[in-house]
Amino acid sequence: MISENDIRKYVTEILKDMAAEGTSSPPPAARRSAASSVVSDDILPDIVEKDLSDEINVPNPHNLEALKAIKKKTPARIGVWRTGTRYLTDTMLRFRADHAVAMDAVFTEVPEEWTARHNLPKFRTRCENKDIFLTRPDLGRRFDPQEAAKIKSLVGQNNRVVVFVADGLSTTAITTNSMDTLKSLNDGLSSSGIKTSPPFFVQYGRVGSEDSISEITGAEVVVCLIGERPGLITSESMSAYLCYKAYLDIPEAKRTVVSNIHRGGTPAVEAGSYISDLVKLMLEKKASGLDLKL
Amino acid sequence: MILKTKLAGQVYAFKSLTDVMAKANDEKSGDVLLDRAARTVTERTAAKVVLSRITLEDIYENPLLAPEKDEVSRVLKEDLGLGIYEHIKKWTVGELRNWLLSHETSGEDILRISRGIEAEAAAAVAKIMTAMDLVTAAAKISVPSTCATTIGLPGTLSYRNQPNHPSDDLEGIKASLAEGLSYGAGDAVFGVNPVEDTVENTLAILNLLWDFMQKFKVPTQNCVLAHVTTQMKAVEKGAYACCLFQSLAGTQLANDGFGVTASMLHEAYDCIHKLGQAPGPNLLYFETGQGSEQSIDADGGVDLMTLEARCYGLARIYKPFMLNNVSGFIGPETLYDGRQIIRATLEDHFMGKLLGIPMGMAPCYTNHTKINQDDQEIATMLAALAGANYYMGVPVGDDVMLAYQDTSYHDDATLRELLGRTPAPEFFEWMKKNELMDEKGRLTAKAGDASIFY
Repeated sequence: MISENDIRKYVTEILKDMAAEGTSSPPPAARRSAASSVVSDDILPDIVEKDLSDEINVPNPHNLEALKAIKKKTPARIGVWRTGTRYLTDTMLRFRADHAVAMDAVFTEVPEEWTARHNLPKFRTRCENKDIFLTRPDLGRRFDPQEAAKIKSLVGQNNRVVVFVADGLSTTAITTNSMDTLKSLNDGLSSSGIKTSPPFFVQYGRVGSEDSISEITGAEVVVCLIGERPGLITSESMSAYLCYKAYLDIPEAKRTVVSNIHRGGTPAVEAGSYISDLVKLMLEKKASGLDLKL
Repeated sequence: MILKTKLAGQVYAFKSLTDVMAKANDEKSGDVLLDRAARTVTERTAAKVVLSRITLEDIYENPLLAPEKDEVSRVLKEDLGLGIYEHIKKWTVGELRNWLLSHETSGEDILRISRGIEAEAAAAVAKIMTAMDLVTAAAKISVPSTCATTIGLPGTLSYRNQPNHPSDDLEGIKASLAEGLSYGAGDAVFGVNPVEDTVENTLAILNLLWDFMQKFKVPTQNCVLAHVTTQMKAVEKGAYACCLFQSLAGTQLANDGFGVTASMLHEAYDCIHKLGQAPGPNLLYFETGQGSEQSIDADGGVDLMTLEARCYGLARIYKPFMLNNVSGFIGPETLYDGRQIIRATLEDHFMGKLLGIPMGMAPCYTNHTKINQDDQEIATMLAALAGANYYMGVPVGDDVMLAYQDTSYHDDATLRELLGRTPAPEFFEWMKKNELMDEKGRLTAKAGDASIFY
């Protein structure tokens, strides 16, 4: 049996250790008072929104100014300090929260309400669910004949340019950015008299789904706006993959990509007008990817 | 060679050794994707039974990828220690497992027969071992290696300091490097993955790491993980480097995809031997991972675990300083979840050690996989128990350049303290001298403050 004295001794030692490591002093012993814990309506601040770029947790650093300066040089999680050899609670929770946001961006379905609001017809690749989508890249590039027939009848075969949105690896990325990009892209093309297909949404779509779409619709240029695999820094990053006369299993080098479309990278509207310029160039040069000299 | 068995009243017949090897594999999404995996648990078990009765000679005489068609098969065959193989070729895979786990068999005994064991045989025996078998056998084997310093000695645990930066900013790289070093990460190597694979950039980062080592007299080695041809050019232009890096795959086709050939690796060795800064003899650093062949359609019909073993067979020809396994890096199309990644980690570590490789592990995950931090930490602790030579060290496990999660500076210190291991000897002395570690290898109050290097 552990005696009370042992526990007391143990706690004292831990506190001593914490003080030696410079961890903030332990919370004061709770005072005996009536009703010390009442449920409040307050909301805790959002830890994911907190800017870490000037947060330094090292107690009594050797050179605080240097530490501040190097924090500005990298987005890496440094200056975080420790308890024993482990992360401080807030470092650990922020990491878990960033990972949670990233995972949810991948595993959450694009809401029906979102596609309805933007009048986007929805087509599905040969993947029946998210799990199959993640483990079968091959099926995320193809459509069943029935689905292909639906695409053909809805999108038609008279468009030089077909633009669509695919969930890819981030639902958050496309619900945040794709409509802004699409609008400025369409504005850019219609001002040059280039007709594009009505936009649509491809569920469980890989980049290569644009090859099937191109074959089905006979488009000259196909543009796929797709969610990128989230990192811990952002889950909102979208890419646009453009291809001239794509076909199934076309070499990757034939694609032109505009990546990093999000508020911290290339803003969505700006990306749209850049993409419209690229589309015009592709139509003119009849090429894309490495074949297209930019 | 018998390819059929009756199990629980039903006959299971396998088409070939390739088929048995694939179906005996514990479940991996990569094998399922290519329709090579067993359809039922009983079929998988039947394959394990069949495999356990197959001899090492059967494996030798039935190559999965013909040497005439695949360079990796060719060099693996040429490299096999036939003198040793002759003594053990009649062993079945099941007998090999019993021998490896026997109290009578020491780690030295295992390394003595290692050169007579083919990569495919190492994969075969791992397929009939459980997690604890894999840890038990691997824990016997220690494979130290020497570049500028020696890592992998019994009782030690080392780390690569991996201070990657999303735009290769030299000050940013140095910032993470300093932070990690104050936690004791970096005795295996200071190693940066560059964003830009150019000679100038590789040279600049190599020299940044080298200058840091010189200024603070850190006993370790440096490396920049550009393509090996880029690194060679950088070294020829006067960059200071201790070892050269390259990713390897288990088939010729996949290595073509990586732009690497067996002769190129010999050239790399000669280059760093002549122009590098470390005495060696171990001067190359490789990275491999289950599924890399498949991700570029270059698997030749062989299951992903066996191809991984072939990487080790290829690697050992060049007597590497380190081989880092990054099986979690590709994604759910090869390894689906935490259970698969834990299993793959233990398999890879064991297969590498059995083939005489100084194995380091990077239990890691991407954000589109059903793996969480707990799975990764469990894999890490188990591989440490199995005796991995080293791990990566990344600030809070978040690699801001490669966008995946790996082991952290904190994890590094934790594993050492948990297992009572210390850093590589010279580095340990350096840590103590700089008052970052005590005699037991425990971090001091000073550790964790990057600004001591400014």
